Amino acid sequence: MSDHAHDDPITRRDALRAEALESILVEKGVVRPEVIDAIVRRYEQDIGPMNGAKAIARAWTDPAYRQRLLVDAWRAIAELGVPTGPEIAPLVVVENTAAVHNVVVCTLCSCYPGSLLGLPPSWYKSPSYRARVVREPRTVLREMGLEVPPRVEIRVWDSSAEVRYMVLPERPAGSEGWPEERLAALVTRDAMIGVARPEPARLAHG
Amino acid sequence: MADAPPGGAALDWNGPSAPPRRNGELVFETLWESRLFGATMALHEAGLFAWDEFRDRLIAEISSFERAHGARDEGFRYYACWLAAFERLAAEKGLCSAEDLEARIARLRSRPPGHDHERSTP
Repeated sequence: MSDHAHDDPITRRDALRAEALESILVEKGVVRPEVIDAIVRRYEQDIGPMNGAKAIARAWTDPAYRQRLLVDAWRAIAELGVPTGPEIAPLVVVENTAAVHNVVVCTLCSCYPGSLLGLPPSWYKSPSYRARVVREPRTVLREMGLEVPPRVEIRVWDSSAEVRYMVLPERPAGSEGWPEERLAALVTRDAMIGVARPEPARLAHG
Repeated sequence: MADAPPGGAALDWNGPSAPPRRNGELVFETLWESRLFGATMALHEAGLFAWDEFRDRLIAEISSFERAHGARDEGFRYYACWLAAFERLAAEKGLCSAEDLEARIARLRSRPPGHDHERSTP
């Protein structure tokens, strides 16, 4: 995967357009720069994968909560008191089991439960992921480092304006007895998209 | 949140089931992308447009980008589509006309070299 140069002429042109647009909106009093700063910070930091991860960790430790999360996801997430963003569409949480692995895509654009998972990773927005994960999910997941055994069915969920999806991964072996907070730290954004598994090994060094 | 920074929780994750190479990276490739994102959200949160209005335009821009360039990763520029969508919406909502925008761009472009990336922080 190659990074495009940040100072190529097209990017510079876009940077200038974006700057001009912001300066006009600020000048007109439509938006204040501090508000933009605060929102970017909120999405980058406060509304990160941790919001979704908290719900997953709770579901791993509390069967009743798990049920609520699967039945009415937003209500269950509201119970946690986490801040959520403006782009709230109906949310469906799909659970991974020994027989089924779920993976989420938005074939149309890049619909995504941002207030739970933070901003979408760049590959999620790529035309190739959006097209290929539907046709050949097993191959795409393997390329991304996730081997799904042949006996496990892969279900691909196409997010849209009408409904967003989040994956409830399987609780990893070796995490028995862990407190919720420690469990939540295992749950990455990618695990909640369905392109990775939570791994206890991740915390071995921390 | 102390033991796992949101958004960067997977940064140190190297292992057999390592996530995509770009997982955990900074989500914005450049400063303007994050400013643009923040401005869009700010206007939406201020009630200046419904999210669907923006999303529809974003979808249209992405489709048109893909028609023009083919659905390939290489060269796909998500935030360029976002920018085009936001420009259109801002113009349609009377927040910033295309003429005003072009005039401002011309003015910014006439700054001395080196100033185009300048952004002072308070």
